[in-house]
Amino acid sequence: MLGYYFFLALRSLRRTRMLTALMVLAIAVGIGASMTTLSVMFLLSGDPLPAKSGKLFFPQLDPSTGATLRHTPMDLLDYTSAHDLWQAHRASRQAMLANAATRVQPTVSGQAPFIVQTLATTSDFFPMFNVPFRYGGAWSAQDEQRAAREVVISSTLNQRLFGGANSVGRDVVINGAQLRVVGVLDDWRPRPRFYMVVGARFSGGDTADLYGPPHDVYLPMPTGIDIAQADMQPFTCWSDGMVDPHHMTTAACAWVGLWVELPDVAARDAYRRFLEDYDDQQRSIGRLTHPKLTRMMSLHEWLDFQQVVPADVKLQTWLAFAFLLICLFNTVGLLLAKFIGRSNEIGVRRALGASRKAIFGQCLVEAGLIGLIGGLFGLFMTVAGIYAIRQQPVAYADLVAVDMPVFVLALALSLGASLLAGVFPAFRASRVAPALQLKVQ
Amino acid sequence: MMIKPILSALRRHKAGTILIALQIALTLAIVCNALFIIHQRVSHLSRGTGIDESNLVIVTNRLVGNTENFVPLIKSDLQALRQMPDVEAVYATNSYPLRNGGWSMGARTNPDQKKSTGQTAIYFVDEHALATLGVRLVAGRNFNAGDVIDQDPKKSIAGPVTIVTKALADKLFPDGSALGKNIYLTEEKKPSTIVGIVEKTQVPWVSSFASTWDQYVTFLPAVLNTDYNAYLVRAKPGQEAAVRAHVLDVLVKNNRMRTLPDENGVQTFADVRSKAYERDRGMAIMMGIVCAVLLAITAAGIVGLTSFWVGQRRKQIGVRRALGATKRDILTYFLTENFLIGGAGVVVGSAMAIGMSMWLQQHFETERMSVVYVLVGMVLLLLLGQGAVLAPAMRASKVSPVEATRNA
Repeated sequence: MLGYYFFLALRSLRRTRMLTALMVLAIAVGIGASMTTLSVMFLLSGDPLPAKSGKLFFPQLDPSTGATLRHTPMDLLDYTSAHDLWQAHRASRQAMLANAATRVQPTVSGQAPFIVQTLATTSDFFPMFNVPFRYGGAWSAQDEQRAAREVVISSTLNQRLFGGANSVGRDVVINGAQLRVVGVLDDWRPRPRFYMVVGARFSGGDTADLYGPPHDVYLPMPTGIDIAQADMQPFTCWSDGMVDPHHMTTAACAWVGLWVELPDVAARDAYRRFLEDYDDQQRSIGRLTHPKLTRMMSLHEWLDFQQVVPADVKLQTWLAFAFLLICLFNTVGLLLAKFIGRSNEIGVRRALGASRKAIFGQCLVEAGLIGLIGGLFGLFMTVAGIYAIRQQPVAYADLVAVDMPVFVLALALSLGASLLAGVFPAFRASRVAPALQLKVQ
Repeated sequence: MMIKPILSALRRHKAGTILIALQIALTLAIVCNALFIIHQRVSHLSRGTGIDESNLVIVTNRLVGNTENFVPLIKSDLQALRQMPDVEAVYATNSYPLRNGGWSMGARTNPDQKKSTGQTAIYFVDEHALATLGVRLVAGRNFNAGDVIDQDPKKSIAGPVTIVTKALADKLFPDGSALGKNIYLTEEKKPSTIVGIVEKTQVPWVSSFASTWDQYVTFLPAVLNTDYNAYLVRAKPGQEAAVRAHVLDVLVKNNRMRTLPDENGVQTFADVRSKAYERDRGMAIMMGIVCAVLLAITAAGIVGLTSFWVGQRRKQIGVRRALGATKRDILTYFLTENFLIGGAGVVVGSAMAIGMSMWLQQHFETERMSVVYVLVGMVLLLLLGQGAVLAPAMRASKVSPVEATRNA
């Protein structure tokens, strides 16, 4: 029976070519637009670290001592607080992070120096965030403590300086200091660069750069302080007087972030209590002066709070779906026209014994067929749309790609939507009174 | 005009009528808001910077070397640039309009004020800056060479003299007496005397957080002792390309020890402007395309459904023609019918448009859409509907009276 309906549907579509083409086009454009924006949306709002995102937390407190009280803690900590919390080792893993832009001098003479994004951090950073290594590994805790001149570089930097070879043991000159490469990362592209999203919520939705490549140079924190503390950014200071950039460890500025790994709820509650106790203790000795303002968000909450998904992307996604809705209304109207226009044929079939359900079924099959064809064209439109997004000068342009789930979703959505659109017209068609149609000939 | 017969005829085609009306309503809602967003973005990127944007080349570089004092290196660079034959004026600074990064401070008129009167962007400049930027002085004087000091960026930045934009002057001193008055930029309560007022200059930031103070700029005469600088070079008229091509060579010949960012180390101001407003331009273009496609789809839908109706009513039209209706009567009938449906659609659509605008305000921090957009949208869609129905209505009017005698 289904095969017969299919055959009827195909014939009917071929008879009213213009109408069919119009419906297919409308569905294709609607599906193309919504699937393209949905792909980008999935890419940007997806979980950056599915295996561990539930276990990573970002402790915060208010280290400022100025006259104005704050309602929320700053995005970063001052060095003393971060170092104290880190050194207490109360979480299963903890890492301090600070961002800087440093100068790399290539060892090959004649090449000009260039500027790279650098992360001063502690050795737990790599296992905590599942950062993959291609050659070598991270520095050891002992080396970190003595501010060893060691560095981990990204695969991109390795390609640029050493042609992609195993450069472990070779030297890199950063900010004038000679450092030895102990590890080279594999291709790593967290989306977004979740470990360092401070201040994103003040950018007015302009957060596309958070999806660009991660840092190129990773230094042990003491080494980073030695060679690059004057380049640390961003920082917020609350002192009245001047701040000496060569003594950032004691400066009244917030510039260090702290991530902790807490494997279960008990560990999390314990760490929260520890954080509050630390705040109380520091206030009792007079280093912190503001009332207690501790907070510890999970990775998810932190990304949500910082509004990392660019506002424009969200707007586009809503728009695309509204677009699809309009295309569907269009389809309903045109299907109605199509089915009612065949009242004669329906009347004859009913008189010959077809039940209302059979007519309904056949009309639905026709709607579904249009949906399928529209969906196929919609896939082409999706590929074209994603190609267009890749040409845009945004940081995530190279990450956007068509993948299987989106393809399947496109076809399923177009089929489902067209069936839904076809319900009412098919119902109306099935109610055509055969007698009326047969009377006048 | 016989509205009642049209309405009772429509009552028999409820489904199709409602569908067209709903489509028109939704399209109106989206088109109104899209047009509003386009207008917002376009006016956002049409804000003038206040400077002469032609013939301006910008070099962003970082001086390297084992030195703590970059000021002599900067001054020697500026000297070398001034000797280029096609260069009219040049200066070194920390930031400039549309750069999207820089310094900002709160400005106070009274040293003991708790809260600042206005937020302002700080541009560190020398006596050639006003000429290089091409901003007009409306009161007071430019800096002279003696005003320009060497400034350690980590020390307090308040110099003894300053030039501000007229917008900032009016904000700080609404009675218009800004010239000669003192403003306070730092916690140390050191005064800076306003010696000059320029007409208009924009802050470096284009995003919404600076939108209320985007014309509040303070020029401080100082050479910043920092490795990271921007050199703004005004080329002689028509020589922008020549200067852009040679400026890096001249700088490197003067002093090799510098690095430039991988991209945009040397750009013209046109490049800066296009990069700064990329997002706005992209959004405006996308909204424009969406509007056009949406209107096309709605028009096509109206054409399709109305053609179908005309086909269904051939006998009725034939009967009317036989009874004496002219071709114009039939045409007017269908146009009026479409107008009524469209009218209902735009009424519902305007409510949807306002609702959608409020939702956008809440979730995307857009501004309130003025009613003008809704009115324009209504007119646009009614005209669109009429245009779409013209072809089927013309076909209907051509139905000959003999159809009345034929049996379907």
